[in-house]
Amino acid sequence: MIIVNSETLNTLDSYSKNKYKYGFVTDIDSEKPRKGLNEKIIKYISSKKNEPSWLLEWRLSSFRKWKKMKEPDWANLNFPKIDYQDIYYYSAPKGFKDKPKDLSEVDPKLIETYNKLGIPLEEQKVLAGVAVDVVFDSVSVATTYKGELEKLGIIFCSIGEAIQKHPNLIKKYLGSVIPPGDHSFSALNSAVFTDGSFVYIPKNVKCPMELSTYFRINSENTGQFERTLIIADKGSYVSYLEGCTAPKRDDNQLHAANVELIALEDAEIKYSTVQNWYPGDEEGKGGIYNFVTKRGLCAGKNSKISWTQVETGSAITWKYPSCILKGDNSIGEFYSVAITNNYQQADTGTKMTHIGKNTKSKIISKGISLGKSQNTYRGEVTFLRKSDKARNYTQCDSLLVGNQCGAHTVPYIDSKNNTAVIEHEASTSKINEDQLYYCRQRGLSHEEAVSLIVNGFCKQVLQELPMEFAVEAQKLVSISLEGSVG
Amino acid sequence: MFLEIKDLSVKIENKNILKSLNLNINKGEVHAIMGPNGSGKSTLANVLAGKEDYEILNGKIIFKDNDLFDLNIEERAQEGMFLAFQYPVEIPGVNITPFLHSAINSKRKRMNQDEIDNLSFAKLLKSKASDLGINIDMLKRSVNTGFSGGEKKRYEILQMSILNPDLAILDETDSGLDIDALKIVTDGVNKLKTKDNSFLIITHYQKLLDYIKPDYVHVMVNGSIVKSGGSEIAAEIEKDGFQKFQ
Ligand SMILES: Nc1ncnc2c1ncn2[C@@H]1O[C@H](COP(=O)(O)OP(=O)(O)O)[C@@H](O)[C@H]1O
Ligand SMILES: [Mg+2]
Repeated sequence: MIIVNSETLNTLDSYSKNKYKYGFVTDIDSEKPRKGLNEKIIKYISSKKNEPSWLLEWRLSSFRKWKKMKEPDWANLNFPKIDYQDIYYYSAPKGFKDKPKDLSEVDPKLIETYNKLGIPLEEQKVLAGVAVDVVFDSVSVATTYKGELEKLGIIFCSIGEAIQKHPNLIKKYLGSVIPPGDHSFSALNSAVFTDGSFVYIPKNVKCPMELSTYFRINSENTGQFERTLIIADKGSYVSYLEGCTAPKRDDNQLHAANVELIALEDAEIKYSTVQNWYPGDEEGKGGIYNFVTKRGLCAGKNSKISWTQVETGSAITWKYPSCILKGDNSIGEFYSVAITNNYQQADTGTKMTHIGKNTKSKIISKGISLGKSQNTYRGEVTFLRKSDKARNYTQCDSLLVGNQCGAHTVPYIDSKNNTAVIEHEASTSKINEDQLYYCRQRGLSHEEAVSLIVNGFCKQVLQELPMEFAVEAQKLVSISLEGSVG
Repeated sequence: MFLEIKDLSVKIENKNILKSLNLNINKGEVHAIMGPNGSGKSTLANVLAGKEDYEILNGKIIFKDNDLFDLNIEERAQEGMFLAFQYPVEIPGVNITPFLHSAINSKRKRMNQDEIDNLSFAKLLKSKASDLGINIDMLKRSVNTGFSGGEKKRYEILQMSILNPDLAILDETDSGLDIDALKIVTDGVNKLKTKDNSFLIITHYQKLLDYIKPDYVHVMVNGSIVKSGGSEIAAEIEKDGFQKFQ
């Protein structure tokens, strides 16, 4: 059950009236080792986090892999070469040697930052029924509602804490869905990941509240490499939300997260993202480079993983939340809205790999391009030899607003089993003048009309979001369209 | 003058459609415009509503003391002009209730009135819908999406009742309707009519005018009004068609 706290919604409301309201910087001292990527910094991170030696070894071997790898270059994206030596790999608000025990130990400036973002950390004010873990630069700041979850045996904490307290789960599952050597960004993340969230839902437990992580990049020239690991044991259920913002800066900042989900027999994971990293300014200056790997494994029979994303931020988005449908009868879903404006570029989509019998996947992608932006849907649906009677349904719709932007659809299908059923629908349309005229004749402004029509176009996806996120997402959609129409 | 159209000439894609058209409407009056297909009736309605595809060659329109050409589409709507479209467009995914709620509030904002809240609006919408015999289930659907022709027209009338315009233009709202639907539409108009608002009803059948009594009937042929008078003209057209006006 979700209860929306009206105060939080009001805060969200007041912070979403203007274009990029999250662009402020918190003036807080941070502890940073030198820029640059090398074994020394990896050892530094590992020792800061007091990690066991096997994990340091894991990081170092990932780093060695990374050194031999090239960035994937098949995406429809154009950006200058990333200088990995010009990035800080660790940044923590000073005095964060240990995670604060309770909120009275948290720097008031941080609490204020999150209040500004509409994420009040004081427990009684947190969205009722939503437990929040907050990551500020590299460090996890607060995990609320911990006690209540613990009673059910649910583990919800930062990955750093999980490494200390639940080493067996970490050892078993970390890198089990996204091996470090998968591609250069996964190797990079495995080498230098700093924080992120960890969730374990025990057998037959339905998590009674939404679990949520809020990511914030504050420091300049800092990369954010969070790592999230969610395990849903047999017969369990969890819905997890992720949100993110960053200050406005002229430089591009790198974000390369890895998210791994594991659903065992009869388990279900619902993962929702509202991605609102700083997109850069109207001239295309600044903004986050968002190279994210998200992959879920439907390991057991009848398991289900569902990804929902609303991508409105970042200068560059490179992101393909995927499902490996290993268990028989397992289900993978991907619902996506990607809006690009000004000079933003998004290359996003999904991979559905059907391994088990009767596996089903569903892909609904809505791309909206405005300004001079480029928006690509890229999807790959694979049916392996034993995936008898597997099915996929794909629907990709693109909407163009203006005539200097681009929309592209790149669906790959690879079937090694001839009982597979594949349905694919795609459409590209321009925003319809008759619809705009109709809305305006009823008294809506041009901008309101565009926002309404685009929200309508995205509805199939937005309605998949948990309620209080849907409200935020709708506003985000409207904000992302501002200034670009007319 | 409430609405004054003076010497209006309008062109689209190198074709002259309206030619020196004159029409005056006072507060509280119901006017009907009849004319054969292609005579320019919808063009007139769209020019009044402010659709941007047309080239105004000549003429002037005054609406409630405003020069109409100074106002854009939404400003005209907020000033109280409503057009019930001949072909209402589908807007998938946009639910009727919030759509109309935003519409009414943008009008109230211009009139310096307080916004109407969710709950009061929902009540208003429900009561208007049941007045018009419109199924409440229809209010859960997306604007015009998957509606039959008759449902679309009824829904235009519902919107009209909610927005309570000063000038309502009905563009062939009667065409394609069976008698029951026609009753709903005409009831809607008759219920809304006061001495302070006006109607411009475009039709090419006389049948509609059996239910809504116009004060004036105008015959439009080839882009101009060729004859104006009382409801006796409608009877003439019913009998002899438009031939003798051409
Ligand atoms: N967008 C347009 N482009 C070109 N010609 C048009 C357009 N709209 C209307 N017309 C022409 O203008 C004339 C009048 O059309 P219209 O106003 O729709 O007539 P009515 O509503 O009386 O049937 C017709 O000849 C029609 O073909
Ligand atoms: Mg017409």
